Amino acid sequence: MSSIRASKGALRLSRRLLSSNSRAPLPSIPLASRSIATHCPQNQASAISVLPTIVDPSSDEYKENARQMGEVISKLEALTKRVHQGGPPKARQKHLERKKMLPRDRVAALIDPGTSFLELSTLAGHDVYPEAEVPAGGIISGIGVVEGVTCMIIANDSTVKGGTYYPITVKKHLRAQEIAEENKLPCVYLVDSGGANLPHQADVFPDRNHFGRIFYNQARMSSKGIPQIAVVMGPCTAGGAYMPAMSDESIIVDGQGHIFLAGPPLVKAATGEEVSAEDLGGGKMHTSVSGVTDYLAVDDAHAIVLARRSVSNLNWPKKRFPPPTAYEEPLHDPEELVGIASTNLRRPLPIHEVIARIVDGSVFSEFKRDYGSSLVTGFAHIYGHKVGIVANNGILFSSSSLKGAHFIELCAQRKIPLIFLQNISGFMVGTDAEREGIAKNGAKLVTAVACADVPKFTVVVGASNGAGNYGMCGRGYSPRFLFMWPNAKIGVMGSEQLTAVMETVGKSVDPELKARIERESEAVYSSARIWDDGVILPSQTRRVLGLSLMAALGGKNEVSETKFGVFRM
Amino acid sequence: MLPTSRSRAIARSLLTSNTSRALSATASTPKTTPITSVLIANRGEIALRVGRTASALGVRCTTLYTAPDAHAQHALSSPFAVNLGAPNAYLDGERIISVAKQQGCEALHPGYGFLSENSAFAKRCVEEGLVFIGPPWKAIEAMGNKSRSKDIMIKAGVPCIPGYHGENQDPQFLLEEAKKIGFPVMVKAVKGGGGKGMRIAMSESEFLTNLESAKSEGRNSFGDDVMLVEKYIATPRHIEVQIFADKHGNAVALGERDCSLQRRHQKILEEAPAPNLAEDIRQDLWEKARAAALAVGYEGAGTVEFIFDNDTNEFYFMEMNTRLQVEHPVTEVVTGEDLVSWQFKVAAGEPLPLDQDTIAKRISERGWAIEARIYAENPNQNFMPDSGKLIHLKTPQISDSVRIDAGFVQGDTVSSAYDGMIAKLIVSGPTREVAIRKLHAALEDYEVVGLSTNIEFLKKICESAPFIKGDVETGYIKKHNDELFAPEVIEAEVFAQAALGLLSKELSMSTTEIQGPHGEAIGFGAKNERQFRFFASSAAGGDAEPVLVSVNQSGRKMFDIEVKGSGIEASYANVVCEPKSPSISTFFPHTRIESTIITDGDKITLFQRGKQTQLTCAPPSWFEKALGLKDVANSVLAPMPCKILRNEVKEGDEVEKDQALVVIESMKMETVIRSPQKGVIAKLVHKAGDICKAGTALVLFEQTEG
Repeated sequence: MSSIRASKGALRLSRRLLSSNSRAPLPSIPLASRSIATHCPQNQASAISVLPTIVDPSSDEYKENARQMGEVISKLEALTKRVHQGGPPKARQKHLERKKMLPRDRVAALIDPGTSFLELSTLAGHDVYPEAEVPAGGIISGIGVVEGVTCMIIANDSTVKGGTYYPITVKKHLRAQEIAEENKLPCVYLVDSGGANLPHQADVFPDRNHFGRIFYNQARMSSKGIPQIAVVMGPCTAGGAYMPAMSDESIIVDGQGHIFLAGPPLVKAATGEEVSAEDLGGGKMHTSVSGVTDYLAVDDAHAIVLARRSVSNLNWPKKRFPPPTAYEEPLHDPEELVGIASTNLRRPLPIHEVIARIVDGSVFSEFKRDYGSSLVTGFAHIYGHKVGIVANNGILFSSSSLKGAHFIELCAQRKIPLIFLQNISGFMVGTDAEREGIAKNGAKLVTAVACADVPKFTVVVGASNGAGNYGMCGRGYSPRFLFMWPNAKIGVMGSEQLTAVMETVGKSVDPELKARIERESEAVYSSARIWDDGVILPSQTRRVLGLSLMAALGGKNEVSETKFGVFRM
Repeated sequence: MLPTSRSRAIARSLLTSNTSRALSATASTPKTTPITSVLIANRGEIALRVGRTASALGVRCTTLYTAPDAHAQHALSSPFAVNLGAPNAYLDGERIISVAKQQGCEALHPGYGFLSENSAFAKRCVEEGLVFIGPPWKAIEAMGNKSRSKDIMIKAGVPCIPGYHGENQDPQFLLEEAKKIGFPVMVKAVKGGGGKGMRIAMSESEFLTNLESAKSEGRNSFGDDVMLVEKYIATPRHIEVQIFADKHGNAVALGERDCSLQRRHQKILEEAPAPNLAEDIRQDLWEKARAAALAVGYEGAGTVEFIFDNDTNEFYFMEMNTRLQVEHPVTEVVTGEDLVSWQFKVAAGEPLPLDQDTIAKRISERGWAIEARIYAENPNQNFMPDSGKLIHLKTPQISDSVRIDAGFVQGDTVSSAYDGMIAKLIVSGPTREVAIRKLHAALEDYEVVGLSTNIEFLKKICESAPFIKGDVETGYIKKHNDELFAPEVIEAEVFAQAALGLLSKELSMSTTEIQGPHGEAIGFGAKNERQFRFFASSAAGGDAEPVLVSVNQSGRKMFDIEVKGSGIEASYANVVCEPKSPSISTFFPHTRIESTIITDGDKITLFQRGKQTQLTCAPPSWFEKALGLKDVANSVLAPMPCKILRNEVKEGDEVEKDQALVVIESMKMETVIRSPQKGVIAKLVHKAGDICKAGTALVLFEQTEG
């Protein structure tokens, strides 16, 4: 660790060494005597790994980039703020009048003070349904620390359409469970939902990855020893009743939480029995008569205290992470990323400058720097965690693909998590490329990415097009987390290329289609459909990756052995 | 310098002062029997005080302790410590004498209080061959009896206050005597002292009830209810003269002390010299005090108390305390002498170390000294005594001009079984004004948490203009009540600091496990906001509105804070808070504030900028229901740990608001518990003699409809 701490000094030293051109003549060694090893002090040794920067924040290019990125960011900020408010004012008012806490306050109260909540897919459901605004998809999901245990928190927002499950709600819930399962995160469900959104029932109920999968996941996770805790703060009707019932421990708020397979009106219709919601499935009944729930809470705040207590009793292992003294913040200011990345993706993005603003002390041990240089590979640390970085610095050629596959093999064997910084328009095309066997070499990279069984994390910092998406661990390659920068775009190809391709094959492209493709490629569009886990601020990339690494490496996680498939030679 | 060598040096100087004393009044060579071992028959700070000098003189000390005092500092101060058992055993004279003999102690120092003014005990000590470090038992006896002492004083030409000091204790007769003297009058237990067994009757109508109350307190405190009746002076000052007499017929006055600042008839601030006192009156006081001492054949340390009429400049003999007083340090400061060592010398038969002229010269040169008594009590609740554990104790820096005599350290418990004085803070300066300012500064550095103290109140007196001018009188606190008890305005920053303090305490607990980017802002428009609800402890009534503090953590040590409620509204952005447990250093946009924050359950005590503030964390919404707390609205609770002396009402009685319900005793003080409401008594929970914890119900009222 001292090598990283020394990096600032090392950089200064390396600059000095570069500037000095005086070479002292080597002293002549008498042949008779035994030779001696030259000692290289730590600071000099680590100087070779420190990334320099040539970013000039006063340059026109930087300022223009920062202005454009700033616009996008402020738009996203405004949108996020709207999403954070949840449902319409009237619904929120009613919620508060019932002495219920708003779902975001529930989450804030649940997590430990001084810890940060990594919210996922905040923009889910944005502009997805023409008939309804579904802020955050009607459900809040994210990773938070409860009593020192990193947990997946899933909270229904009943101010959004009564907390009913739209298709996007189901997708978000399932994605959160998938993350929990992959990263062995105990799940805390803050349940306050009216169940499936009936008009959308066809897209919510029947299929494999629909509503029923939630309970399947609960059972499977519980079987793997991943704790499931439900806090019933509102209705749990029909299928929803299984949320607490399938949990290891469940808490219910008195007079507020209700669990039943059918509510009083349905009961009356079915059997003629007239019964109040409290008698049918209230907290008192379920904690003292049926035993469906285990703890009765006075109100939301009490329920959260009980939930925290339950988590404290999970006996969950607490892994010691590197202490803050063990690493340094990047040498170069991460805030400068706004001026480095451009919203115009045709401009090249100097990826070393990005890496220098993500990794500890801007120290990067680059692997095969001068071979296949359009793909940058190397080792670094993020908050003291050793990681392997695979980052695009241009189009993928055969050589860069081979280099990438080689590096991924190294990381898999050494059980080092991989971070993909994706900005790829695709693999090289043309005669030369094909004759070099780009298809076969690209396949090697894809095989390596697909099979590497270390935690993988992808950040789309620019374009994500074509087979490059596969080689750089796109969504289909199951990275533990996938985040997008606000300027990122994802699609088979860029809208301009797409138009060009369609024109060459003889189809006319109306401007409307081009505009649609453009829109559908945007990060917000992607995030609204949960093709990613969220749009993040470029300057916070380091923090987001830090939290993701802690989620993937903490608790009961162990990096498993990788078995690669056949690499075509 | 090493402490041992220093104490040896002091001892040597004290011994040599014997020979260098050229100004001794008599020429005959005194016969001395040096004391080499002593039993300190007391507790707390005075036991430590005596032990300090005794050790410096090379005298072996044996200390005593009782069960609640087993870990008290005085008990730990000597390797020879004897357990007496029961809490009241410090009063068990025979037992103590036998301990002294068993331990081979030549002398016994009684300190103050307990057996110090018990002539029978002093007599028994002499009979058993122990040197009683104090006056002859006959002098104690003479001065202990208020009426006899008055007769002696009148004979010696010392002015006395008009009153009845006779044997006839018939209440009606006493009432007649009171009428003769003229109201207001004071009734006082003949054997009493320190305000115990004493009542003032402003008019005829209250005389009999107050008489009974004084009698009862007298019976409980010292087993004697013989009362005297005296003229009550409306604007009196309490001025006392420290005297010292040796076995050779010499007596000196070591200056006077003004002890007018009192509450519940007990001193809280004492100073020397007395302010605004004409020099001829001062000399007259000294002269009369010496005359008083000589009249009773006094030996050792004593204090002649006078009541000084501010309106007429007349003074009257009140009583003579035949012991070393609590406030002796102020005299030590203005004379530069160690009075305990004088006691040892006089007891050993040595003549007085200094003559009157030298003392007078010293006093004229040495400026001013003030002692503040730090008490475990709640000034806002009529100085109700408090007890408890000192969970946090920080004292001012000791220097040549700042002295602390204390019997407690952090972690000790102030027991309700004994007096609630935590410490004495003695500060000196060249002038009275400087001494007051230094006292104020020292009080600002005095931090006590775990029980209520009078420190904030003492600060207010130091800020009070008439006090600074020297316009003191025993009724000062009552007279300036409005100023001294003006409601405190708590600044918004205090609430902000309280919230940050609570938060940083939790943060420091979690940061050992959780690092990485935790605590940093993550996400667009990220908010990590928490709300804290506080009550100012003075306003912790039923309807008080809590002050809400919202804290949004925007970075690892960076916060946005909003304070709202109780007439306060403030917000601070980008506040940087550095925890340095138990204090925090916070950089607000406008200033830096350092606070020490001590929490004890829901009670939060903050010290910042020399001021203490008590806040209470509001209980969460669900607390009562989840914990099944009982509704105690229809009951009266014990305000402190106490013993029930008697119930003043019967079950089924209809009572008015403020009617006396129960009389309790705590910290040797009687307190009357009055009815908070009009109602009918449903149940008296305890009977006389029961011991209660603070917060237990004493009286239950009938449930009233609507």
